[in-house]
Amino acid sequence: MSQSPHQQSETQSTTHTRPKPLLEIRELGKAYRRYPNELMRVASWFSAIKPLEETWILRDVNFDIAQGEAVGIVGQNGAGKSTLLKMITGTLRPTEGYIRTHGRVAAILELGMGFNGELTGRQNVLHSAGLMGFTHAQIDDAMEDIEAFAEIGDYFDQPMRVYSSGMQMRVAFSVATAFRPEVLIVDEALSVGDAYFQHKSFDRIREFQRQGTSLLIVSHDKAAIQSLCDRAILLDQGRVLEDGLPQDIMDYYNAIIAQKENAKVEITPLDSGQIQTRSGSGEASVKQISLHATNGNALDVVDVGQPVELRIEVAIHADLPELVAGYKLKDRVGQDVFGTNTWHTHQVERQLNAGETLTYCLRFNANLGPGSYSVSLSLHRSDTHLTHNYQWIDHALVFQMVNMEKDFFLGTSWVMPTIQCERKTAKSSAPNESV
Amino acid sequence: MLESLKGTWRYRQFITTSIRHELVTRFARSRIGGAWMIIHPLSMVLIYALVLSAVLAAKLPGIDSQYAYAIYLTAGMLGWSLFSEILNRCLGVFIENSNLMKKLVFPKVALPVIITGSCLINNLALFVVILVVFAILGHFTPSTLPWLIVLTGITVLLALGLGLLLGILNVFIRDIGQLMPIVLQFLFWFTPVVYPAEIVPEALQTLIAFNPLFHLIGAYHSVLAYGHAPSVAALVGLAVLGAGLLFVSAILFRKASPEMVDAL
Repeated sequence: MSQSPHQQSETQSTTHTRPKPLLEIRELGKAYRRYPNELMRVASWFSAIKPLEETWILRDVNFDIAQGEAVGIVGQNGAGKSTLLKMITGTLRPTEGYIRTHGRVAAILELGMGFNGELTGRQNVLHSAGLMGFTHAQIDDAMEDIEAFAEIGDYFDQPMRVYSSGMQMRVAFSVATAFRPEVLIVDEALSVGDAYFQHKSFDRIREFQRQGTSLLIVSHDKAAIQSLCDRAILLDQGRVLEDGLPQDIMDYYNAIIAQKENAKVEITPLDSGQIQTRSGSGEASVKQISLHATNGNALDVVDVGQPVELRIEVAIHADLPELVAGYKLKDRVGQDVFGTNTWHTHQVERQLNAGETLTYCLRFNANLGPGSYSVSLSLHRSDTHLTHNYQWIDHALVFQMVNMEKDFFLGTSWVMPTIQCERKTAKSSAPNESV
Repeated sequence: MLESLKGTWRYRQFITTSIRHELVTRFARSRIGGAWMIIHPLSMVLIYALVLSAVLAAKLPGIDSQYAYAIYLTAGMLGWSLFSEILNRCLGVFIENSNLMKKLVFPKVALPVIITGSCLINNLALFVVILVVFAILGHFTPSTLPWLIVLTGITVLLALGLGLLLGILNVFIRDIGQLMPIVLQFLFWFTPVVYPAEIVPEALQTLIAFNPLFHLIGAYHSVLAYGHAPSVAALVGLAVLGAGLLFVSAILFRKASPEMVDAL
């Protein structure tokens, strides 16, 4: 992808109203230089000595982040995510290009940096916030909030060595987020303490975002990226491969991690405005996919609870030892609703010959909530598409769910309960009404 | 330069808590806590004063006391210990704080400031102990004591200048960190700390004069042991040398900093 920054902001302006960006990244690059020996490196600071070789970890990175925007950074290990984040926080210096930030950048990456076990929680907070550049008076003002947010009671005034690791994380998170930053970098390891505290910390991050903080979220977790971010950036081998809507980026990312056998990844924009990602080595391919009612009529609008049949025709182009077909239903924002494959259902087809065709019929009741759904298909060997991916198609089929006769409900799953209610009066304990 | 001064001021909270925490953690969980801060230098001074004076009771010209040698020695030690402590800690300052530097953004100038602060506190404790011991031994030189402020300043300047210069290079060339303790040992014996300057043979006298520490420790001897003012010319020379070294290391840091974190 070689989008100019200008184009990028143009495409973005269709989805967001963009005030002045809080973070501007232009032509950013980082290289590690190797010299014949370290003395030559020292000499190079004062002269025109050329390095033996330069290894570019990151190059030509351009993007903006607007106020209040949440941007996910995805990419495989070694794609340059950490290097990018370190340059944004400022610990690493760019080799070329620049990063312009308007306001304070804070990172919830290394929680508890510089904590000392011999000191109390309070002393560590004072030190830690000092390390963030705050004065004693500012920290004193915030201390009560920090103590209240951490919720560790009397432990706050005890040496940290007696803390559980969860308590340490609570204090660390509380300090790190005691002052609202303009840009907040959140690592995927946002597993701060127990479930209760995780919810609480998440709420705080959300609250910051409402107040205008931009979020940069690094994660491999699809659900986190799709539920939190307005936008995602896919890094691969030190370059921005894609910059777009989270669900599209995650589909693409999925395709890349399957791209182990020099298979190519194809992206086609669909009429619906979504982006279809196709990848795979191509020994088997989907010829046709269609959705039918039980009477055989083709469907694109399905009633809640209606029995349907998904027909998938597969063509085999080369002799294959085995074939697994998988499918996945995804909702409008790309969250997985349901998915399985014939490996899990113990229906692996073996010894296939070139020229064969297979037709899979998947019958199920469409117990889905109203809205738009898409079907992703995969043809591969063994249990996942990560090894020997013959074909992967996102948005192979899109259909609408409508609620024509059921009672109103919310969500993507129709799991209608029977509701019973018992009422007791103060005098009698016998139930006098049930619904 | 101005920028880094501003940064130091902005991070004063970090600097003060760092120095305090260093002291607190050093004595944490010990029963008498901070008293160790006095006991350590006191035992050192007492060993020199009592043991060495008994063994080497030779009177030194210019000091009117039977403990002359011990007084001479502790005077020199006050200067030497400040110099070597700052130098040693500066040598490893970036490597030891590599985690902090890799993960957080803060003015790096805060690190040597923390070192200086904590070394000065240690030196102050040693000085107080020395004063008490000197008083007990009946040796007192009140008129020249204010000179110590100047001497301390110059010692800090020299140690920081040289220490940071080597500390920056040590990030890239780690041999420096291995080599320096050896060099420091040579320097120690090449400086009249444990022996009187007068016993150095004529031939070596001119050579030893090239050692800046000879003049620095000599000034400490003048002020604390002999009770007369140090040579102003020597002090000016040392101050210029220290400032020069500090300036060079500031330039080196500026050049090295883009690659510093990469190498850590």
